Amino acid sequence: MDLTKTVQLEEFFLSTNTIDKIDKLVPRYPDTRSVALPLCHLVQEEKGYISKAAIEWIASRLEIEPIQVYEIVTFYPMLREKPIGKKHIKICRTLSCALNGSQEVCSTFQKELNCGLNQTSDDGEFTVEFVECIASCGTAPVIQIDDKLHQSVTLDVAKKMASELKQNVLQ
Amino acid sequence: MAVSEHRLLLKNVDQPGYETDIDCYVKHGGYEMLKKAYTMKPEEICSEVMDSGVRGRGGAGFPAGLKWKFLDRKSGKPIYLICNADESEPGTFKDRQVIYKDPHQLIEGMMITAFAIQAKLAFIYIRGEMFGGARILEKAIEEARSQNLLGDHILGSDYSCDLIVHRGAGSYICGEETGLIESIEGKRPYPRIKPPFFPAVLGLYQCPTIVNNVETLCNVKHIVEMTGKEYAKLGKPNNTGTRIWSVSGHVQKPGYYEFECGALTYGELIYDVCGGLKPGRKLLALIPGGSSSKVLRAGERFKGKLKDGTAFDWALEDIPLDFDGPMAAGSMSGSGAVIILDDSVDIVEVLANINAFYAHESCGQCTPCREGSLWLKKVTTRMCAGNAREEDAELIESIAKQIDGRTICAHGEATAWPAMSFIHKFRDEFKDKAIKQAANLDKKPEDFIHLV
Ligand SMILES: Cc1cc2nc3c(=O)[nH]c(=O)nc-3n(C[C@H](O)[C@H](O)[C@H](O)COP(=O)(O)O)c2cc1C
Ligand code: SF4
Ligand code: FES
Repeated sequence: MDLTKTVQLEEFFLSTNTIDKIDKLVPRYPDTRSVALPLCHLVQEEKGYISKAAIEWIASRLEIEPIQVYEIVTFYPMLREKPIGKKHIKICRTLSCALNGSQEVCSTFQKELNCGLNQTSDDGEFTVEFVECIASCGTAPVIQIDDKLHQSVTLDVAKKMASELKQNVLQ
Repeated sequence: MAVSEHRLLLKNVDQPGYETDIDCYVKHGGYEMLKKAYTMKPEEICSEVMDSGVRGRGGAGFPAGLKWKFLDRKSGKPIYLICNADESEPGTFKDRQVIYKDPHQLIEGMMITAFAIQAKLAFIYIRGEMFGGARILEKAIEEARSQNLLGDHILGSDYSCDLIVHRGAGSYICGEETGLIESIEGKRPYPRIKPPFFPAVLGLYQCPTIVNNVETLCNVKHIVEMTGKEYAKLGKPNNTGTRIWSVSGHVQKPGYYEFECGALTYGELIYDVCGGLKPGRKLLALIPGGSSSKVLRAGERFKGKLKDGTAFDWALEDIPLDFDGPMAAGSMSGSGAVIILDDSVDIVEVLANINAFYAHESCGQCTPCREGSLWLKKVTTRMCAGNAREEDAELIESIAKQIDGRTICAHGEATAWPAMSFIHKFRDEFKDKAIKQAANLDKKPEDFIHLV
C-alpha cells in the first residue's frame, strides 16, 4: 500500500455496537496510539479483515498516522489485510503438539477440506493454518476453530471434525 | 514415594461447583485480602513481598520484592502495573488455568499490587488467542468495579486505579516485557535495550512500570494472607512458595500440577505424578523450563556445588523441581514448562521443530537473531528432509554461538541455547544423521510421528 498518495477510499462504516465499544475504550487509555491494536481487533471481528479504508478510519479516529496502524497490521500474525474463509482452522505446530501428531492432523484438515496450507479453499469456506503454541500443550494436539479452542484433537477426532465442518456447509 | 500436590493458587480451580463469577469468589473468602491490604501501608505490603522471597514465575525467576524496590518513585511520573498474561513460551499452560477458572484471584492479586506500588493504571496483557480468557477477565473486572474493588476510590479510599485487558495478536515476542510495553504503546513489539530501559525506571510511556507474571501476582494475595515470613516457609530457601508446573510431551498424564518448590524431583514428577512414560518407552531427554531452556539428557550425571556449598551428584531424575536445581544442572526452570521426550523421537526433528518456532517469532531488530534463527531453521529442516551433512553439527553450533549474547533481548538466547544444548548433548545423533541417510538407514516406521 502506498501511504504517500491520498487514495480515494471506499466509505467505511462500523456497526453502532462496535462504535459504542470504541467510544468507551479510547478514554480509558492515557494515549490514543495505545488503542490502535484493540481497534484493529474490533474492526477485524466485525469485518473479518482490516482493509486500507479501515486503517485510514482507525488512524483518523485516534488522530495518529495511517502508517502507525499499518505497521502493526503487518506485524502481528493474527491481523490480516485480506478476507479469509468462513471457518478458520488453526492447528498448533509447536513441539508438544507435534509430539502428539499435529503434522498429521494438519494434513488431514488440508486433505478433507481441500485446502492448501495457510490458504483458503476455492469455495471460500475454509482457511487452514499452522500456528505456534497456543498455551494448551497438556492436551495436545490442540486446534482453534475461529475463536474456540479444541483440545486432544487426535487423528480420528480431526477426521470427524473435518467431516462435520463439510456437513455444515452442505446444510 | 507418593507426593501430593500443594494447591495454593489452584485451590479452587477444578473444584465441582466453583464458578468464575464474583459471588462464588467472595463466598470462598475472595477479596478479603484486598480489604486487609487497605488496612496496611503500601510500604508494608512491599516489605511482606520482600520477606516472602517470591521469585517471578514468568521465566527469569527474579525476586518480585526486589523488582518492586527498584521502582523509581522519585521521578514524580505516574506508575503503571502490567500483568504479563502472554503465556507464550512453548510448553506453558499454567496462567491459562487461573485466567479461565479463577479470574478474580488474579484481579485481587493485581489490585493489591497496584495499591502497594501506588499504580495509576493497571493492564492485563493477554495473548490474542485467548479470546475466551479476555472475555472472562473483562466480565470479572466489571463485577469487581460494581463492588468498588477497582476503579474510582477503591473501597472508599483516596486511591483509584482502573484495570484494562489489553489483547495481543499472536506474537511470542510480546511476552518479553519491553516488547510487551511497546505493544501496549500501540507499536510493533520491538524489545528495548536494557539499560537504560529497565521497566521499573523507564517503562510504559517512559514511566516507572512493574511487569509481573500472572502466577507471581496471584502469589501476592497469598503473601498478604499468610505474611511474608510464613509464605517463605513454603518450599526451600531461595525457592519459596509453590509453583505450577506444566507437563507435556511423552508422559501418560500430562497436565498442570502445583507443588511446593523443591518438594519433589523431575523423576518423581514423571513417574509418580504423571504416570510414567508410554508402555515400552524409555526416557530420552527432558526440557525443564520451556522450549528455550537447555535440554537435559537421560543417563547424564550432573555434578557440582550448590550456592550454599553443598556438593551434588544427580542423575536427570534426581534434579529437584525448583528454581535452583535445573540451574545447577546447567539449564533453567524458566516458565515451569516441562517437556518430556521418549526414545521414539528423532532428536534432530525435535530441534528442527524448536528452531522453526524461534525463526518465526524473531522480531527482526537484531541481525544475529533475525538471520541466525532462520539459518538454524534452514539447516535443521534440510537435515530432516534427507540432506544432512556431516559438518552440520558444527555449523549449527557456530551459528548459535554467533547469536548468544549479541542481541537486544533474550530471544537471542532462547534461539541459541536449545541449538547449542542439543548439539552438546546429542552430537553423535546429529553427526550420524548424514551417514545414516547415505546408507539409507534413516527410514522411519509407518506410524512414526514426524515433528516437521
Ligand atoms: C522471548 C521472551 C518471552 C517471554 N515470554 C513471557 C511470557 O509469555 N510470560 C511471562 O510472564 N514472561 C515472559 N517472559 C519474561 C518477561 O520478560 C518478564 O521477565 C516477566 O514477565 C516478569 O515477570 P515475573 O518477574 O513475575 O516473572 C519472556 C521473556 C522473553 C525473553
Ligand atoms: S533478540 Fe531477536 S527478538 Fe529480541 S530484539 Fe533482537 S531480533 Fe528482536
Ligand atoms: S505446543 Fe501446541 S499448544 Fe503448546
